[in-house]
Amino acid sequence: MKLFAMVVVLAVLFTGATLVSCGGSTEFKLGGVGPVTGEAATFGVSTKQGIEMAVAEWNAKGGVLGKQIKLYFADDKGDPAEGATVYTKLIQQDKVSAIVGTVMSKVTLAGAPIAQSSKVPMISPTSTNEKVTQVGDFIYRACFIDPFQGTVGAMFAFNDLKAKKAACIFDVGNDYTKGLSEAFKAKWEALGGQLVGYEAHATGTTDFKAQLTKIIQQKPDVLYVSDYYNDVALIAKQARELGYKGPLVGGDGWDSPELVKIGGAAVENGFFTNHYSPADIRPIVQDFVKKFKDKYNAEPDALAALAYDATYIMLNAVKTAGKADGSAIRDALAKTDLGVVSGQVKFDANRNPIKSAVIIEIKGGKQVYKTTVNP
Amino acid sequence: MGNLKLPRMLIATAAFWAVVSILNATGILNGYFMIIINRSLIFVILAVSLNLINGITGQFSLGHMGFAAVGAYVSGSITTLIFKLSPDTLAGNGIFVVAIVIGGLAAGFVGFLIGFPSLRLKGDYLAIMTLGFGEIIRTILNNIDAVGGPRGLLGIPKFSNFTVIVAFAFLTIAILRNLVQSSHGRAMLSIRENELAAELAGVDTTRYKVLGFIIGAFFAGVAGGLLAHLLQIAHPTQYGFYASALVLIMVYAGGMGSLTGSVIAAFTLTFLTEGLRVGIDWLKDTVGLPVGTEWTMVIYAILLILIMLFRTEGLMGMREAKILIIAEETK
Amino acid sequence: MGSIINAQQIVNGLQLGSIYALIALGYTMVYGIVRLINFAHGDFYMLGAYAAYGAFFVFNSFMPISGPLAFIVLVIAMGGGGAIALLANRFAYKPLRYKPKLSSLVTAIGVSMFLEYFFSALPVIGPSPRGFPEIIPKQMYTFLGAEISNYVVIDIAVAAILMISLTFLIQRTALGRAMRAVSQDKDAAKLMGIDVERIISWTFLIGGAFAGAAGLLAGMTYPRIQPYMGILPGLKAFIAAVLGGIGNVPGAVLGAYIMGLAETFANAYNSLLGEGIAFVILILVLLVRPTGILGEKVADKI
Repeated sequence: MKLFAMVVVLAVLFTGATLVSCGGSTEFKLGGVGPVTGEAATFGVSTKQGIEMAVAEWNAKGGVLGKQIKLYFADDKGDPAEGATVYTKLIQQDKVSAIVGTVMSKVTLAGAPIAQSSKVPMISPTSTNEKVTQVGDFIYRACFIDPFQGTVGAMFAFNDLKAKKAACIFDVGNDYTKGLSEAFKAKWEALGGQLVGYEAHATGTTDFKAQLTKIIQQKPDVLYVSDYYNDVALIAKQARELGYKGPLVGGDGWDSPELVKIGGAAVENGFFTNHYSPADIRPIVQDFVKKFKDKYNAEPDALAALAYDATYIMLNAVKTAGKADGSAIRDALAKTDLGVVSGQVKFDANRNPIKSAVIIEIKGGKQVYKTTVNP
Repeated sequence: MGNLKLPRMLIATAAFWAVVSILNATGILNGYFMIIINRSLIFVILAVSLNLINGITGQFSLGHMGFAAVGAYVSGSITTLIFKLSPDTLAGNGIFVVAIVIGGLAAGFVGFLIGFPSLRLKGDYLAIMTLGFGEIIRTILNNIDAVGGPRGLLGIPKFSNFTVIVAFAFLTIAILRNLVQSSHGRAMLSIRENELAAELAGVDTTRYKVLGFIIGAFFAGVAGGLLAHLLQIAHPTQYGFYASALVLIMVYAGGMGSLTGSVIAAFTLTFLTEGLRVGIDWLKDTVGLPVGTEWTMVIYAILLILIMLFRTEGLMGMREAKILIIAEETK
Repeated sequence: MGSIINAQQIVNGLQLGSIYALIALGYTMVYGIVRLINFAHGDFYMLGAYAAYGAFFVFNSFMPISGPLAFIVLVIAMGGGGAIALLANRFAYKPLRYKPKLSSLVTAIGVSMFLEYFFSALPVIGPSPRGFPEIIPKQMYTFLGAEISNYVVIDIAVAAILMISLTFLIQRTALGRAMRAVSQDKDAAKLMGIDVERIISWTFLIGGAFAGAAGLLAGMTYPRIQPYMGILPGLKAFIAAVLGGIGNVPGAVLGAYIMGLAETFANAYNSLLGEGIAFVILILVLLVRPTGILGEKVADKI
C-alpha cells in the first residue's frame, strides 16, 4: 500500500505545482505549441524561437492591451495525444486567451477541436492540411495549404524550366510532403507533362538510392522533391552521385540555412516555392533576418518565419479587438490585413491566408529570388 | 472462468468514478486533469492487456500498438461512416460501444494471426516478429487513402469520455483478473515458467499461447478505439515502435505478471510526464533556471532508469493488490 | 526486372547492408556475451558520429585532410562509442546483471531515451541536423554501368575487416575464450577464475567502439547527423542480427547484407510498400529458420 501512497503524494505535489504556476491577470496570456522533443524537434525549436522573438518584440514595445505578454509554451512531441493534452492544459490550466500552434497537421487536428469548443482563437504557423481550418471559425493558419505549392511547382517546372518529363520523390509517412507531390502530379498531368517516376521513401531513412536509381533510369528533365531540407540535402547528394544533372524543385520545407550546409554543391540548380525571399528588400524581412541572427546566432528557416508571422497576426488581432475575448479576437483575425515577413496577409472565407508565392533559386550557395507566382 | 464475484473491485471503481466526477463537476479537477486521467486509463487497458501476453503467458510482444491501431482504425471508420450518413443515429452510445467492440474483435483476429508464429519462435525472435508485424500494419495504414494515409483518419466523432473509459478499463481489468486466476490463467502462467514442462504436464501450450495473443490484442484494439474517439484522429505514427515501447515500459515498471502493477505504472508514468512538464515550467518561471520544456523527457528517462535500478522487479513485483485477488474476496 | 535488379541496385543494397553490418556486429557481440538486447546501441552509434564530427573540426583546424587525420577521427569515434558503452554498462546494466533479463531491457530503453533527449536538449548539440564533413575526399567510379563511390568500397572493406578481427578475437584469443565462457555460464566462468565483470566491460567497450566506427562511416556515407539518427538504423541492425542468428558474428553480417539488398529491391519494386516488404521477408525467413539463418537450434532444458 506504500505504493498507492506514493501515487497520491505524486498527484498532490503535481496539483500544488500547478496551482503555484497560475499567474495574475496583469499579463496577457498567449499559448504556444510545438514539438521540441522527438524526431520533429528541429521544426519545433525553430517554431519556438519564432514565437519567442515576436513576443519579446511586442513586449519591448509595451505588450498588448496595455499588458505584458506572458508566453506559455508547451511541447507536443509530434504526437496527437500529447497535442490534445497540451491544448487542454493551455486553455483550462494556464487560461491562455489565444494560441499559436502547432507545427504538424495531425497534432493540430487533435488540438483544434479543443480550441474551437472552448472558443479560444488559434493560428497554426505551418499545418498545411486543408482540414485544419475546417474544424471551425476559431482556427486560422499562416501557411499555404497542401495543393497550392505543388501546383505552383508544376507550373514553374513546365513553363519556366521547359521540362517535359518529371519525377517525384516524397516521404510516405508525412502528409505535407505527400500532399505536395500529389498536387504536383495532378497539375503536371493536367498541363500535359509526362510523369516518369513517383516514388516514396520511409520516414527517417538516410538512403534514397533505390528509388533514385529507378527514377534516374527514366531520364527525367526535372525532379520534384517535396521533402524537408534535411532529407532534400541527402536526396540531392545521392541523385547527383547517381548521375542526375537536371534541376530539382521543391516547396517551403527547403527553406533552411542547413540545406546548403548539408547539401553543398548538390543542391545547386535547385528551385523552391516559398513565402518570402531573404533578399526581399522590404524592411520587415531585412529586419527579421538580422534580428533573428543577432538573437539566435543562426539564420531563420521557413518555420521560424511563419511562427514569427503567426504570432504577429494573432497579437495584432488582439490589439484590434481591444480585449482578451475569444470571439472578439476571432472577428479581428477575420479582418486581418497585415504586412508580415511572409507577405501581405489577408484571410479568405476558409481562414486560409491569401498570399503569393515566390520561387527561390539556389545559386552559389545562396538563395536568389527568381520570380513571383500568384495563385 | 468460474468465479465472477466482483463486489470489492466494483465498489472501488465506482468510488473512483464518483469522486473524480464530483471533483470535475465542482471544477476542482479541470479538463487538463481529466484528459490526463482519461489517457492514464487508456494506458491501463493497454498495459494490462500487454501484461497478459508478456507477463502472464511469457511471450514477448514488441508490437502491441499495432493491435491498438487496428482497433482505432476499424472502430473509427465505422463511426465516421455512420456519422457522415446520418449524424442523428449516433445520439446514444450504443453504436459507439458496438463499434469499439468490433474494433477489438478485428484486433483480436490480427492477434490470432500473429499468435501462430509464436508457436515456432521464442524470446527475441518472437519480439522481432511482432515488431515487424507492427511496422507492416503501419506501412499498410500509410498506404490506404480511404483511411487518410499519412494524413490520418480524420473527423472521428468524439464519444470517449471519462465514464465510458472507466467502464471499459474496469471490464478489462475484471475480465483479465478472472482469466488469470482461473485454471486457464494457471495454464498460461505455466507456459511462462517452463513451456516444455507445461506441455509434458498436459497443458495445451499451442492453444494458450494463441489465446493469450487473441485476448491481449482484443483489449489493445478496444484501447485504440477509445483513444481515437477521444482525440478525434487516428494517425499511423501514433502506433509505431516507440509507442509500443512506452506500453512495454509500463508493464515492466509495474511488475511482470502483476495487473495491479500495470494499473499503477500506467497512472504513475502518465502523471509523471505531465508533472515534469508543469514542474519544469515552474522551475523556469519561478526559480529562473534556464531549462526549457525539452528537458522533461531527459528527467523522465533518468527516473525510469532509477525505478528499474531500485525496484528491479517493477513497482509491484509479481504481487497483486488484495482487491484484485479473487480468493481474498470469497473469504 | 531490369529496373529492379541491376548492377546499380546491387551496389546500393551492398552499401546500405555494410552500414547495417557495422552496427549489427557490435549489437550481436554484446547480445552473444551478455544476453542483453541493448536498445541503446543505436545511440552509441549516434554518439560516435558526433564524436567524429567534433574531432574533425578540432583537428582539421591545424591539420589538413589526410590519412592521419581520418585515422585520428576514427580512433576518437571508436573511443566515444566505447566510453559511453562502458558508462552505460557500469551505471545502468551492471546493477541488474543477476536480475530478470527483461528489467535490463527496459533499462536499455531508458538509456536510449536518455541519450537521445539529452543530446537533443543540450544547447551545443541541439535537435537540428548537421552536415557531416567529407573526411576522405569522395570519388566516383563507373563499373559495369553502376556509379560507385570510394565510400562503398571503404564501407564494405571496414565491415569485412571488423568481422574478421572480431571472429579472430572471439575464437583465438584468451579474452575471446573468456568471453565465450561467460556467455555460456557466468557462474561456472567465475568458478574457473574468470573476472566476469571485467570480461563484460571489455565486451561493452568493444561493442561500443564498433558502434562508434559505424557512426563515423554512416556519417560520411549519409552526411547528415542528428540526435535521433540511431533509432532506425539501430532497429534495422537489431533485425539484421536476429535474421542472421543473434549472437553469431558472421550471421550478423549476412543478415545485414540480406536486409540491405532486400530493402533496396523492395523499394525499387514498390517504394510505397518498400519497408513493409522488407519486414515480410524477415518474417518469412524467421518462419522457415526460427533461430535465424546461421543460428543454432537451442534445446529446452527442464
